[in-house]
Amino acid sequence: MKTTPDIHVLHNQYKADLKSEKRRVRVYQLLIFIVFFGGWEIASRLEWVDPLIFSSPSKIWNLFTVKLLDGTLLNHASVTLFETVLGFILGTLLGTLLAAILWWSPFLSKVLDPYLVILNAMPKVALGPILIVALGPGFTSIISMGAIISVIITTIVVYTSFREVDPNYLKVLQTFGATRFQSFKEAILPASFPTIISTLKVNVGLSWVGVIVGEFLVSSRGLGYLIIYGFQVFNFTLVLMSLMIIAVCATIMYQLVAWLERKLIKHG
Amino acid sequence: MSFLTINQVSHTYFSKDHATSALSDVSLSIEEGEFISFLGPSGCGKTTLLSIIAGLFPPTVGNVLIEGESGHNRSIGYMLQQDYLFPWKTISENITLGLKLLKHESEDSKIKALELLESVGLTGVENQYPRQLSGGMRQRAALARTLAVDPKILLLDEPFSALDYQTKLRLEDLVSITLKSFGKTAVLVTHDIGESIAMSDKIFLFASHPGRIHKTFDVPEELRSLTPFEVRNHHAYNALFQTIWKELENLEDHA
Repeated sequence: MKTTPDIHVLHNQYKADLKSEKRRVRVYQLLIFIVFFGGWEIASRLEWVDPLIFSSPSKIWNLFTVKLLDGTLLNHASVTLFETVLGFILGTLLGTLLAAILWWSPFLSKVLDPYLVILNAMPKVALGPILIVALGPGFTSIISMGAIISVIITTIVVYTSFREVDPNYLKVLQTFGATRFQSFKEAILPASFPTIISTLKVNVGLSWVGVIVGEFLVSSRGLGYLIIYGFQVFNFTLVLMSLMIIAVCATIMYQLVAWLERKLIKHG
Repeated sequence: MSFLTINQVSHTYFSKDHATSALSDVSLSIEEGEFISFLGPSGCGKTTLLSIIAGLFPPTVGNVLIEGESGHNRSIGYMLQQDYLFPWKTISENITLGLKLLKHESEDSKIKALELLESVGLTGVENQYPRQLSGGMRQRAALARTLAVDPKILLLDEPFSALDYQTKLRLEDLVSITLKSFGKTAVLVTHDIGESIAMSDKIFLFASHPGRIHKTFDVPEELRSLTPFEVRNHHAYNALFQTIWKELENLEDHA
């Protein structure tokens, strides 16, 4: 009986410690935020940095409210977001599909191995001009850019994880007379879900790169267009504002993937 | 005719630099309902032979007949050293997996599978995931998964070797009693002399390099009807243990 209250007290102490650590982390995170934006504002106002190039948080905020109210911002942002999400989903699906085909045919995977290495090393954004000419300056070519940039790396990573699945799981399935397709569906694919999800996290970032570069080149709509336009008319407030919005959107997408991960991998 | 016949099976593994002979001219036969063991040091090809019986790959030479048939569509159950329950499936999904793959899945067979779970001493875990269960419980679930497809023959590849001693003894009893009550034929691969005596009716002692049958031991009649745990306490157990032990020692001296 004597030890019970002690344990209780210790547990509370432990929980309080956890809480206080979490609070300290939050305080420092907030501090960095304030110092960065505060410092930026001050540096710009006192002209420690060139306000024409580096703008300032208050100018960006003002531009943001103006653009938000006249509706143009929402228009551009939603176009870019749509292209990115689609490019990202396409890239991941195609990459996984390719990985499945390579798993299916070990011969094909041996044949294609050097080509995958070369394709992976090649800067895919360099294909942009060709894509735009081939597919026309619009949605399709920009979405293709968003997808193409992530498809090869997804293929390589997912295929590697397919191959690393413990062969004993396949043995179990084989003794039940499973076909190759059943083995894939019951063991290979679900065992690789964690890897697929983690490539999703990488692909979020990659697809933004592909889509923004695509919009630079096509230059008609979207946040990438706003950046290029701002650059051409020397309106760096516009450039920085677009960048801020991209940062926020990319973070939200990343969080969504993390949420999906928790939903899908419930056994782990 | 015998239930399982192994005819002059030899198997060689090939790699770029070597051709390793894993099995050389193995012949044996097993009657229905018999429980036999392959006992031997590591590298004696006993797991290879089990995989060949399971039809996972064909032998280089020879053939294996179950009820006079070769074909790949064998009704076999295979248990591995570890449970290999699928971590992303619940226990009930795991044990009905075989039924699903063989397209025997029906409400009836599902209920039977769940009853099996009960008969191996697992209740109330159907909706849990494997990681929530202890090692012994998981191996029980794996046994239920193997039995759920109602296989004609059970192949046990050192299924107790990864368990702690107490759990192992308990599971030996459970497997032995369960298989007897269903009248199953079984082949156990093990390197544990005691386990082979405690569980089987007949022991095939394998020698290695290349793997071959060195000697066959019949477990005395009075031990066969006992549970593995009781066998270990029987005086006839020690006598047989000593005999096999000496044979194994001889084998190693010659090697």
